[in-house]
Amino acid sequence: MLDAAELTKSYGVRPVLRGVSLSARPGEVVAVLGANGAGKTTLLRVLSTLSKPDGGRLSVAGIDALEHPNRARRLIGLVSHQPLLYPDLTGYENLLFYARMYGVDGRRIQDDESFRVNRQSSIVDPNPKSPNSESGIEALLRQVNLHMRAHDLARTYSRGMLQRLAIARAMIHDPALILLDEPFTGLDQSSARNLSAMLRELAAAGKTLVMTTHEFGRGLESVTRAVLLRGGRIAAELDAGITPDRVAALFE
Amino acid sequence: MLYFRQVLAILRKDAQIEFRTREATTAMIVFAVMAIVMFNFALRLRVDSLRPLVPGVLWVILVFAGTLGLGRSMASEQTNQCIDGLLLAPCDRSAIFVGKAVANALFTLAIALIVAPLMAILFDESMLHTGVLLTVVLGVVGYSGAGTLIATMAASTRAREVFLPILLFPLALPLVVAAVVVTSGFLDRLPFEQFGSWLGVVVAFLVIFWTAGTLLYEFIVEA
Repeated sequence: MLDAAELTKSYGVRPVLRGVSLSARPGEVVAVLGANGAGKTTLLRVLSTLSKPDGGRLSVAGIDALEHPNRARRLIGLVSHQPLLYPDLTGYENLLFYARMYGVDGRRIQDDESFRVNRQSSIVDPNPKSPNSESGIEALLRQVNLHMRAHDLARTYSRGMLQRLAIARAMIHDPALILLDEPFTGLDQSSARNLSAMLRELAAAGKTLVMTTHEFGRGLESVTRAVLLRGGRIAAELDAGITPDRVAALFE
Repeated sequence: MLYFRQVLAILRKDAQIEFRTREATTAMIVFAVMAIVMFNFALRLRVDSLRPLVPGVLWVILVFAGTLGLGRSMASEQTNQCIDGLLLAPCDRSAIFVGKAVANALFTLAIALIVAPLMAILFDESMLHTGVLLTVVLGVVGYSGAGTLIATMAASTRAREVFLPILLFPLALPLVVAAVVVTSGFLDRLPFEQFGSWLGVVVAFLVIFWTAGTLLYEFIVEA
């Protein structure tokens, strides 16, 4: 699914990535570990096509992402450190906007337009079997457990809710590859548990997940492979038995 | 087709946010009204008739008010790093430029709708002239194209509020001069041949900056 080879990236004269190679298969959850400044965020920006590498190759599902970035972008969802959400739009409006930007199937949005109109009078229908309610954006909001706050401005959301909405945003076009930058930062125990469960579900559904973290304990239960990024290079790799203790040992 | 849907999505989103917050338009309206009133009192001290000054005052107000809107427009993309959300979408970068530039032009034209009647009252000069309205639309659209381009460049700098006018005003000077000449020509009912070439300058400015925007936006926004 993801195949990155010998990626290099410098900011000015400072090299950040020095030949990083990384691959991931469908259903795999790869954790990119590293201290602050190790190059994790830069790597994720390059993998998501937000930044162009200075050298190397990058392909997503066989598509050369450097040659055809827009084709690759249809397959990539990024949960960035920032939520990439407009605070003055509601959760629903944010997702609707991104759905339109990704050209998500018109009928799905059409259905959701009726959802929006219905909801203006009745806030949110708590009955998931309601004929008009279980479609497109609403289903996604329900999946991240935000359907009850769908029509509140994003600026009123807590950090955990914003993170869940950011995940819904990244999933709006049903990407095959999901990149997550420090997804557990700032989350309380309960939100972190929910996020872990959500990541496991996504992996079980055949999605490929690559996430960065500098924490040893959180989210490792869903990880199938871990790589340590140090000084812009992959310094070590763990294939199985990924526990906080082994990860801590990797750092040392 | 998807290209136009994406342009429309950005336009709709910007309008929705502005309709809800009224951040840009409030600042633009307050500035425009204050400027008209101040120009009215300040200029009246030395001249008998304000009518010859109308074109210059009109364009200074539109350009300055438009700049306020441009700054806000890009600031909303910097909040929560939303610009990355746009760049992650599989869209031609020029669609982002067109969507934002059209939104900026519409906001500034909305301000022109308030400025024109107010100037008619205080400066005793009616703007209800097809030629003047056409010039305002062409000038504002051209200015918004150049402004969106420059505002995007300035947005990634720390002193964006300073950089935007410093970079944009010298660039927009030919447009402002040409628009003032054309507006004067229409208001004074001069023969079109006397100022028609200046209208060509306004149109050329519009074409150049919208073409540059659609071709170069990718390099600017991804830099």
